[in-house]
Amino acid sequence: MTSTTSTTSTTSPASPASTTGAVTGRLAAPVVLALFMAAVLVPFASLLLASLQPAGAPLTGFALPDGLHFENFSRAWSAAGFGTLLRSSVVIALCVVPAAVVCATLAGYALATLEVPGRGRLYAYLLLGLSIPTESTVIPLYYDMRALGLTNTVPGLALAEIGAFMPFGVFWMRAHFATMPRSLIEAARLDGASSWATLWRILLPSSRPAVTTLGVLYFVWSWNQFLLPLILIQDPARRTAPAGLGFFTGQYGVDVPLLAAATLIVIAPVVLVYLFFQRHFISGVLSGALKG
Amino acid sequence: MTTADRLTEPAPAPRTARSAKRGAGPAVHRRPRTVRSGRRRRRAVALLYLLPALLPYTLFAVLPLLHTAYLSLFDWDGVTLPSFVGVDNYRRIGTDPQLRAAAWHAGALILFFSVLPICVGLVSAAIVSRRAGRRGTALVRTVLFLPQVIPLVAVGILWRWVYGEDGTLNQALRAVGLGGLTDAWLGSFTWALPAVGLIGTWVVSGLCMVLFLSGTQRIDQEIYEAARMDGAGPVREFTAITVPLLRPELAIALSITVIAALSSFDLIYITTGGGPGNSTVVPGILIYRLAFGGGAVGVASALAIVLTVVISLAVLVINRLSREAP
Repeated sequence: MTSTTSTTSTTSPASPASTTGAVTGRLAAPVVLALFMAAVLVPFASLLLASLQPAGAPLTGFALPDGLHFENFSRAWSAAGFGTLLRSSVVIALCVVPAAVVCATLAGYALATLEVPGRGRLYAYLLLGLSIPTESTVIPLYYDMRALGLTNTVPGLALAEIGAFMPFGVFWMRAHFATMPRSLIEAARLDGASSWATLWRILLPSSRPAVTTLGVLYFVWSWNQFLLPLILIQDPARRTAPAGLGFFTGQYGVDVPLLAAATLIVIAPVVLVYLFFQRHFISGVLSGALKG
Repeated sequence: MTTADRLTEPAPAPRTARSAKRGAGPAVHRRPRTVRSGRRRRRAVALLYLLPALLPYTLFAVLPLLHTAYLSLFDWDGVTLPSFVGVDNYRRIGTDPQLRAAAWHAGALILFFSVLPICVGLVSAAIVSRRAGRRGTALVRTVLFLPQVIPLVAVGILWRWVYGEDGTLNQALRAVGLGGLTDAWLGSFTWALPAVGLIGTWVVSGLCMVLFLSGTQRIDQEIYEAARMDGAGPVREFTAITVPLLRPELAIALSITVIAALSSFDLIYITTGGGPGNSTVVPGILIYRLAFGGGAVGVASALAIVLTVVISLAVLVINRLSREAP
């Protein structure tokens, strides 16, 4: 508060009318930011408090629990099966993320630097996928995968996710490789490096930020994907964590502390990855990445 | 087809080159030949790089989409033999009241998912960008992006609790003496749709604000100073400088949020399931219900195709508008 007067004098002309305007302007920014942060955090805090309440107690929205009842978390983990669900989510993400990142990197590299026949048309064909909603692929995916025996399996869901994630990944990696200096690629080629060696030895070592961002986005999308696992994995015990949470809500919606604890367990891994790689995630989303 | 044509196109050339130089020694005409076949090989190799991306994309995104288009021409319950009905399913979308309600609700969601967050984001970014210090910006960004990170299912559960009869919202209303206004928000025919819509506003407002804030940092401060010299107030500054110069960010925000509004499923599935009655059904919910419970795979497919076309058109229009000179 004390700093207000000193900074206003530097940011605005000295006339008294505009000084009061500048003071309200100085205060408006922190107030707006505080309102935004509160709006985001209050629902989270409310859920966190609910998860610590004793099971079965009548609850009102924002109330301090009498003591910390962590048993809701252990009940959600073992009795409600969220430990198993979390494991299937991890397995799916471990299949999807590396495979999708490698495929997107190879394609983005080829489209940006190699002589691809029909390059423009192939790229346009891939970009078309950015506006295909999951709703319009999931019906045949279910019937065709069931015919092939791929429903209720990890490969079935993983392949469906990789297919859906390709357009953004190729777009992202192509844009990245297009910004790399042509002279670097040409020098490597003159030295007799193959296209493969150019990619792995020359370009990829300095591409770590772009690849990490794509990996983080893919992880978050794969973890949060709901409709595909809901349909393609009909066996409730094998579902991914969010799909299991959806199923659980329908069955035990009334046991609020248990549901709140389960929700926090499901979002914990993705929030941790986000906090660790937030710069990457934010830069990816700001460039227009939203899926699922 | 075209790729194959282009691959084979250079093939006849070496032959004519060789016949023209018949008399020369083999070492002379070997060279153009290897250059050409090398080029051919390079192009084939380039296609190999694309294959790992093209294959899953074609098999698990494009072909299913085409298959959906095919299924939309049939009357099929998912079990017995399908019967061809032509465009009847599409005709039903225009007349069936439930399907038309879904279209209306998707439009209303655009208001809550796109228009409202973009307005909130623009105004707040304009206010915040006038702040001199940058302290705490990283923390603010981290918190405002949180709703983007967690699965929409979890967002739905979060807000079920906020909107519940004993939830946080009603408790707050009672605390300020407005107990008469409390409601079971998600179970109310009047309030369910706006309540769900506001969850969407909550999810994307922070994203819009951070997006516009990073855009305003790109704008040259001298433009503002010049405008201030000319006597422009904060409102004029906002409408004449900030908004027009944020055009690229506006395009990104619009396409992200419009796609999210039109293809919404997770959030509504968890919070209301489309109810009460049909008061919050959206295309995504109807496609799910009709195809995987209602035994109307054909109609669901037709609805999915219409949804895809509408989304593609919306993205196209937004990109066109953003490229036009301000």
